[in-house]
Amino acid sequence: MTGTCVYDVIIAGAGPAGMTAAVYTARANMSTLLVENSQPGGQMTKTEAIENYPGYRHILGPDLSREMLEHSVKFGTEVLNGNVEEIKDDFPYKTVLVDGYPYQAKSVIIGTGAKHRSLNIPGEKELSGFGVSYCAVCDGAFFEDLEVVVVGGGDAAVEEAVFLTRFASKVTVIHRRDELRAQRILQNRAFAHEKIEFIWNHTVEEILGDGMVSGVRIKHTITGEESDYPCVGVFIYIGMDPLTSCVNRLGITNENGYVLVDENMKTSIDGIFSAGDVNEKMLRQIVTATGDGSIAAMSAQHYVDYLEEKLQTEQEVKEHDNASY
Amino acid sequence: MIEVNKKNFTEEVLQADKPVIVDFWGPSCQPCLTLMPEVEQLSHTYHEQVKLVKLNSAENRKLCIQYRVMGLPAFLLFKDGEVVKRISGDSLTKDDIEALINESLGVSHY
Repeated sequence: MTGTCVYDVIIAGAGPAGMTAAVYTARANMSTLLVENSQPGGQMTKTEAIENYPGYRHILGPDLSREMLEHSVKFGTEVLNGNVEEIKDDFPYKTVLVDGYPYQAKSVIIGTGAKHRSLNIPGEKELSGFGVSYCAVCDGAFFEDLEVVVVGGGDAAVEEAVFLTRFASKVTVIHRRDELRAQRILQNRAFAHEKIEFIWNHTVEEILGDGMVSGVRIKHTITGEESDYPCVGVFIYIGMDPLTSCVNRLGITNENGYVLVDENMKTSIDGIFSAGDVNEKMLRQIVTATGDGSIAAMSAQHYVDYLEEKLQTEQEVKEHDNASY
Repeated sequence: MIEVNKKNFTEEVLQADKPVIVDFWGPSCQPCLTLMPEVEQLSHTYHEQVKLVKLNSAENRKLCIQYRVMGLPAFLLFKDGEVVKRISGDSLTKDDIEALINESLGVSHY
């Protein structure tokens, strides 16, 4: 099936990577379809203040999400709400299955991002929404004058622990190591805060509570000693898992599930590019996602030019052959 | 969509003559705000069968505590004044809410 309905590029995921890619491809007059199954902005929509995106000393995640989306739409990006189920390496055009419906494109950019990781321990699922949360900005206010714990030691854990002090009477960060992984500036804020305490070298084994969270069962990583720690809220920030179910069959991910790309955001498959948190990379930030997105867009543009030229040449050769009979 | 609060909750939710789905939202819950237009749309589409109302959690803490809502967004399905099903979490989509509506219709047939 060829003809009118082939996009120059389909972008899977409207986070900062995908939306930036769309700004670039649409602005370069490529027909661009941006597919998102949830809210444009990705993880940005779940954070409150962003302080390290250049040009904005302080901007709300939802506001930056909206700005980026409007920016890409301004240049002609078509936005589709749907779930990208599979990306297929067909020739000459890629097929992208969205809610069972096949869309075709000359190139594809994967920008599906990552999703918060679960602890996968007893009580976590059962008490989700009853004290277990993955979104401090959404749920923090329910814990006014109450005691909560934050599980994790990275940027998100420490940043949200500080945020939660606005509401909670005490915030305890439980971390499995004896030091934080978070950026120094965040660590300093947390260490200086009188409401924040730390429990080092402990893992959370179970979330306790009958209908509501009443505490966590923790275990010392060295001695193995277990104890119960009371709290009414548990905020889990132990990292992310890449969202790659739509590319599982392509064999472009590493053992941790992240997509492998070169410095031009090319995967091992011609015409399929990948950008942002879904990629194996050193730093997962909005600013690196947007950088990836622009590079992926440029690579996609080069590929589409190459593909069109190739198809044109093949067509001419065919016509020439036919003519010489 | 009707905005419910402690004053009209009994009348609009508990004493309603059809299934009611209460959308617990909050002003700083971005997933809630983003879902809202779609929920509004669903409330129009299904207005004959199901009543969809919204409740601002920031202004109605007691109702949240009463119904053990501690995570947003949360959608509680009420039937004859009782909670019969609830869904919550920041990854809820329009499809999840539509599934809850369909479930409420199934429930109402018994």
